[in-house]
Amino acid sequence: MTHEEINEIQNIEIKLFLEALFQRYGYDFRNYSQAHIKRRLLHRMNLGNFSGISQMQHKILYDSGFVQQILLDLSINVTEMFRDPSFYASVRKEVVPILKTYPFIKTWHAGCSTGEEVYSMAILFKEENILNRTQIYATDFNHKVLKTAKEGIYPIDLIKDYTTNYQKAGGKESFSDYYDANYNSVIIDGSLKKNIVFADHNLVTDSVFAEVNLIVCRNVLIYFNRELQDKVIKLFLDSLTPGGILCLGSKENLQYSAHFEYFSVIDTHEKIYRKEYRRPSTSNDNP
Amino acid sequence: MRKYTEKNTDDQAHRMIIPEIPIHLKPKAIVIGTSAGGVEALTKLFKALRPGFSIPILVVQHISPSSDSYLVQHLNRISSVTVKEALDKTVIEPFHAYLAPPNYHLLIEEDFTIALTVDEKVSYARPSIDVLFETAARAFNRNLLGIILTGANSDGAYGASMLRKMGGYLIVQDPSTAHIATMPETAIQQAGADFITNLEGISKFLNRLP
Ligand SMILES: C[S@@+](CC[C@H](N)C(=O)[O-])C[C@H]1O[C@@H](n2cnc3c(N)ncnc32)[C@H](O)[C@@H]1O
Repeated sequence: MTHEEINEIQNIEIKLFLEALFQRYGYDFRNYSQAHIKRRLLHRMNLGNFSGISQMQHKILYDSGFVQQILLDLSINVTEMFRDPSFYASVRKEVVPILKTYPFIKTWHAGCSTGEEVYSMAILFKEENILNRTQIYATDFNHKVLKTAKEGIYPIDLIKDYTTNYQKAGGKESFSDYYDANYNSVIIDGSLKKNIVFADHNLVTDSVFAEVNLIVCRNVLIYFNRELQDKVIKLFLDSLTPGGILCLGSKENLQYSAHFEYFSVIDTHEKIYRKEYRRPSTSNDNP
Repeated sequence: MRKYTEKNTDDQAHRMIIPEIPIHLKPKAIVIGTSAGGVEALTKLFKALRPGFSIPILVVQHISPSSDSYLVQHLNRISSVTVKEALDKTVIEPFHAYLAPPNYHLLIEEDFTIALTVDEKVSYARPSIDVLFETAARAFNRNLLGIILTGANSDGAYGASMLRKMGGYLIVQDPSTAHIATMPETAIQQAGADFITNLEGISKFLNRLP
């Protein structure tokens, strides 16, 4: 058999594997980036000495422990504090003044991973004096990362980079004010955690759970195909108050979405958008 | 390490001669991977591309996460093809070259669109040459041409072997002519090569492609 043929067969096996994972456990990866899924599954196949994806499918159906492994393989949890400092600088400049006009603020970090992004935003809000009137929802579908996020304990060797990021992002205080250092880890200051609720939420299979003024969903949609991106953007649209703000990752874009017309652009480069107050009129709107 | 120099002189001489382009070689895409010294090497290659060169080119050059778009603009200015930063979910088009953005892996979908990810570093690199070559090999199979240039680490060697396994054609810059030999050397050790030559040889080969 040629490698080309094997490649084709693997595509069939992957389809079946994802279907099995979905039907047995409800995790739906069927509309994630194919190249990504395939690379991760073949990697697992080689590491685990499986003879093929089909053998992994058998294991996933019968061994619920293996699901956690696959979940970790497919959901990439790479994150950092003040990732893309210029994004946080823009939030401070463009978004905070809007939020300041509200008596009470609700925000949602979707796909928050181990929490670094959430705490970064909490620090920014604290410095802008709006943290105490903000309710932050932080969600992910991966229980393991949510646990780390709740604890807020991170390796100390990353702090140097995070401090640099914080400063580049326009931080106003000393970054060390926001954590307590131990031998090889830091723990995030309790005052930042007060208004955060961490919860399990799957963007593909769960629905709207609150109406919020700001959604931050960075580096999650990049793993979805266009169709799924559109579905999730609709979920965000339905979760935002009129005038609510949506922040995506640096390489994610609303421009090509079917729902683009419902948003205006606040910062093209940093991918910050605002839900319009009124529905745009469409041709099939009847008076 | 320096295995390639141990080969006989006949072989040495042979590598400078541009081989006949194999009849079955009709690449639908070209992937290029390079690290230290790559800007200079890419500059030479892109400058030398003939007008009307239509095969899409995908490039991973290791760069620092905070770099700006200088390299894209520079290559675009000096080359006959349109050079852009690779955008997630866009279709790969003829007469274009795409550079992986800093801090993102560049993957190729089997429907010939671009995918970016923020996965862990691979071979200490993001973007990683291995990731581009591996996914492009699956998308293009035998219709892929890979080029490994100068660099100070071993990223690309695994991807190059995947590319050859899937029937792709691999050109490696002659390590003795590379700014830093490690990357081409490791690629040759792990993947072998279909053609080893200097930058001029690579340019000639490219310009003869249909
Ligand atoms: C690359 S991380 C991004 C973390 C953070 N937002 C950042 O930009 O640094 C992607 C996160 O999305 C989560 N994720 C992926 N698919 C998801 C889904 N269907 N529902 C909820 N979270 C998901 C993953 O578990 C992972 O933690």
